[in-house]
Amino acid sequence: MQDVTKTYRSAGGGEVDAIRDITLDVRKGEIFGIIGHSGAGKSTLIRCMNLLERPTRGTVKVGEVVLTDLGERGLQRERRKIGMIFQHFNLLSSLTVRDNIAFPLKLAGHTKPGISRRVDELLALVGLQAHGNKFPSQLSGGQKQRVGIARALAADPEVLLCDEATSALDPQTTNSILALLMDINEKLGLTIVLITHEMGVIRSICDRVAVMDAGTIVESGNVLDVFLKPSHQVTRQFVDEMSDLSDGAPLRTRDNSRLIRLHFVGEETYQPVLFEALKGSPVQCAILQGTVSRMKHTPYGQLLVELSGGGPGEADAVIESLRASGLDVEVLPE
Amino acid sequence: MTWENINWDEIWQATQDTLTMMVFSMIFTVILGLALGVLLYLTSSRQLLHMPVLYSVLSFVVNILRSVPFIILMIAVMPLTEAIVTTTIGVKGAIPPLVIGAAPFFARLVETALREVDKGVIEAAQSMGASKWDIVRRVLLRESRPGLLAAITVTAVTLVSYTAMMGTIGAGGLGDLAIRYGYMRFQTDIMIVTVVILIVLVQLLQVLGDWLVRRISRR
Repeated sequence: MQDVTKTYRSAGGGEVDAIRDITLDVRKGEIFGIIGHSGAGKSTLIRCMNLLERPTRGTVKVGEVVLTDLGERGLQRERRKIGMIFQHFNLLSSLTVRDNIAFPLKLAGHTKPGISRRVDELLALVGLQAHGNKFPSQLSGGQKQRVGIARALAADPEVLLCDEATSALDPQTTNSILALLMDINEKLGLTIVLITHEMGVIRSICDRVAVMDAGTIVESGNVLDVFLKPSHQVTRQFVDEMSDLSDGAPLRTRDNSRLIRLHFVGEETYQPVLFEALKGSPVQCAILQGTVSRMKHTPYGQLLVELSGGGPGEADAVIESLRASGLDVEVLPE
Repeated sequence: MTWENINWDEIWQATQDTLTMMVFSMIFTVILGLALGVLLYLTSSRQLLHMPVLYSVLSFVVNILRSVPFIILMIAVMPLTEAIVTTTIGVKGAIPPLVIGAAPFFARLVETALREVDKGVIEAAQSMGASKWDIVRRVLLRESRPGLLAAITVTAVTLVSYTAMMGTIGAGGLGDLAIRYGYMRFQTDIMIVTVVILIVLVQLLQVLGDWLVRRISRR
């Protein structure tokens, strides 16, 4: 996306930019997440990617095709290569699961035996073989989203857009849908763009992330970089929601102590670094808060540690030795 | 009260006339009203075609036809009836006024039924590369089938009373019998029989309509 802006005319006659000058490059085969609070413009942004909303300015390119230059027919043809799933599933209530999945194939003019074979494959892919002849109203939310995914994949798209695909689902179902998305990303090499307001979604499946606020992208990059070292306030909010770590000040218990926050990433998460640094030093440590978890496949941890005891400079020596072993150490202000 | 005035052959004939008027006017009403209703829906603001001027014009014409009482409308369109079917009386002469009276009514019901279709489903179809015609045919008309069937039932019941009114200007049928014998000759027995047949007819239509709606609803 290059300099995409979408302006709405409000009821009062004024103009509002839902998104403003957005430039975004999603790489082939990756899972790209866009996170933001409601009203940040992420829904408009994802709708501009397949031109459900036509941008007021800017260009949208998928592969080598500039969508914003296409006429209606051309756009319809290109859209078949871009699958989309929705928060509320948007299945046709009057069609069975099979017919819902077959819908895009019928649009593309496939033959009946071909459609039937493809629908069988897709039902197997999303694990709904037993439910082909049911109607959407007979399915649970998670099953409906699986139908949505099968339908979106029917025409062999290169890109899958997910519009808050898990927001209407309970945590357990969310995880199973995310696992399915990651699975098809790896199996089919499908590029996935998703928008969400849940940090957990970004953390568990995304490779790269963009954080949106008030219609613009305020921060973007690899998920690990963005969320371990958030630079924008909105990003920090999302990180705090997830990690539950406070700024530490209310936790200070002893006088003359130092508070430090340690960031671990990758294999060092599992090393006894803190133990090694304190060995032989009179400095004592108390772990006030901590989290050890994973982002997609990468382990990471954060510990809030209080150092006390020992003479002047000895706490500094411990901090130095932690840094020397490759940790990122943040010394919190007194 | 006695039942001596009743000529069952005549009543059977009138019932057949009423049913014939119903069937033919219903066919044309559904065809024209469906087209008009879809057009109203598509041209209204923020919909697929979004043509506010055309929508206003169509909506205005529909409102006019709906605000003229049918008993006046059926007389006012007589020249048109003559031009279309070359007569203004009998079963044949009854069909154009019935259609002109019922189609705008049905069109509004169709418009309302289409509005009930989830916008998200239309958006999903667009995202799959559906053309506007695909969306009308495969999404709108399909998803709104229960609403459309209910609209057909309501319109059919309305047409029963319209055909009775047509009896006053020479269309024949049960309404004609009720007025000529029951009203003008004070033959209450004939009045009762025709009214009972009309009630049964309306009940049958409603029960059939409801049954069909239940059968195809999947929500």
